[in-house]
Amino acid sequence: MNKLTCSLLLAIVTNFALSTLLNLSASAEVIHSERSLYRNILVEQSNGLRCLKFNVKSTKTQQSCMLIDDPQQLVFNYTKMLFTSLLINPRPERILIIGLGGGTMSNTLLQIFPQAKITNVEIDPAVIKVARNYFAFFENDNISTVAQDGRIFIKRALLKKQQYDWIILDAFNGDYIPEHLMTQEFLQEAKQLLSANGVLAANTFSVSDLYQYESATYQAVFGNFFNVKQKNSGNRIIIASNKALPTAPTMHATAQALAPVLAKYNVDIIKLSRLMISTATTQDWPQQAELLTDQYSPANLLNLKN
Amino acid sequence: MTNNIDNIVPWQNPLIYLLAFSSGFCIMGIELLGGRILAPFFGSSVHIWGSIITVFMLSLSLGYLAGGKLSTSAASLNRYGLIFIFAGIAVLPVAFFAPWLMEAIFLAIEDSRYGSLVASMALFFIPTVILGMISPYSVRLLVTDKNSSGQVAGKLYFVSTLGSALGTIITSFYLVLWFEVNDIIIVFSATLMLLGVCAIVFNRLNSSAANGLSDTSKTQGVVHE
Repeated sequence: MNKLTCSLLLAIVTNFALSTLLNLSASAEVIHSERSLYRNILVEQSNGLRCLKFNVKSTKTQQSCMLIDDPQQLVFNYTKMLFTSLLINPRPERILIIGLGGGTMSNTLLQIFPQAKITNVEIDPAVIKVARNYFAFFENDNISTVAQDGRIFIKRALLKKQQYDWIILDAFNGDYIPEHLMTQEFLQEAKQLLSANGVLAANTFSVSDLYQYESATYQAVFGNFFNVKQKNSGNRIIIASNKALPTAPTMHATAQALAPVLAKYNVDIIKLSRLMISTATTQDWPQQAELLTDQYSPANLLNLKN
Repeated sequence: MTNNIDNIVPWQNPLIYLLAFSSGFCIMGIELLGGRILAPFFGSSVHIWGSIITVFMLSLSLGYLAGGKLSTSAASLNRYGLIFIFAGIAVLPVAFFAPWLMEAIFLAIEDSRYGSLVASMALFFIPTVILGMISPYSVRLLVTDKNSSGQVAGKLYFVSTLGSALGTIITSFYLVLWFEVNDIIIVFSATLMLLGVCAIVFNRLNSSAANGLSDTSKTQGVVHE
């Protein structure tokens, strides 16, 4: 009976020992480290770049980075790829971000859409604190942060009949996927929360067996969606909409209009728009792929298989 | 009567160990799936596991007490089998009414800590109390004399905790990858009920066989005592 508790403790202890060891050998300067309820949190700094990391051992777990002299710049490609959502809805007024990281996305969106209401949801209160203290995460009347599980937030928001024009799902990292945020039921709840013109952008992974399950699940809920991928990156961004996807000429026109604004943030929206591949034309997974549901959601186990 | 069964019937003790193993397996299998079942309504934060483990520990402790008490009067393999059948039945609502129950609790309780605690209680308290009754009752059926009682209890804990270990690893590594949560729960329930029926049938067969041989066994018993 006590086995579960014991092994949990053991895992925590070894994890901690390992991270302490690796801390000492890391080349970048560690300016903050703490162990939260959920993970190890590290803030590293080298060559004017400050990064938030959740696990030292893995190279794929940089959550958020910020150029100290130029905090407005978006550092990661995947964060830039998220902006392709704007080709579906160029003027989001209510934005929901699930998975805060350093809060850099929220900060940038505030610059671009000063009138927008932004809600950040982050399960780990320690991450929120680190974002505030080390990444200049900015909050005001329009920008709120809730320390809550994303699924619960969405369920409660539905009860309150709230709506969002843009939902950014950034709760996954290379090491661990919250499995209840990838199921058909969850996506249906998220879809209900979208306004008529709403768009959902999910930052996920394009390798492993999970790809086909995830794709099939998104398609079952949203119909056709856009995949946004870059050649040498494990990330894939899924852009799904509450209504039918816009036509290529419409999106091209929107991209032209947005380009000057987004260029300031190092986002080349015209180049990015070329990376968008609609599943209407390219379905790169088997037709009979199974769906992920609340009954069947071994996402992390499927992610192990290549 | 019961002493006769304890001493004479071959295969009874291995059967009891097999049943105790299976109950250990099912308890931890269900506990592990508990996290999966609660996640859509109460998330996957640490307090989910706090709620689940608390409820399982609490119900097991009460089950031990109840099982021990129950074993003091007219203990029999028949009643032992009935405990398994009741446990199997009590597990079924987890598969059939969980979403409905959790939704009601989700609407009534805003704080997901207490929400998950109440939901764990509603789903797992009764089946786990019944499953907890199995260990002390097994000891009652297995122990024949004071000297070996500690050893028997040790062997029983070994078997049932080994079952728990395997139930944990097999469920989390493989079963969730192969089957839906509800299917696994229903198989656990069916296994418990089937084992209960086995115990009862085994008891019937042996008591009718024992009746046939009653003369010889009685004289033997007298000689030994």
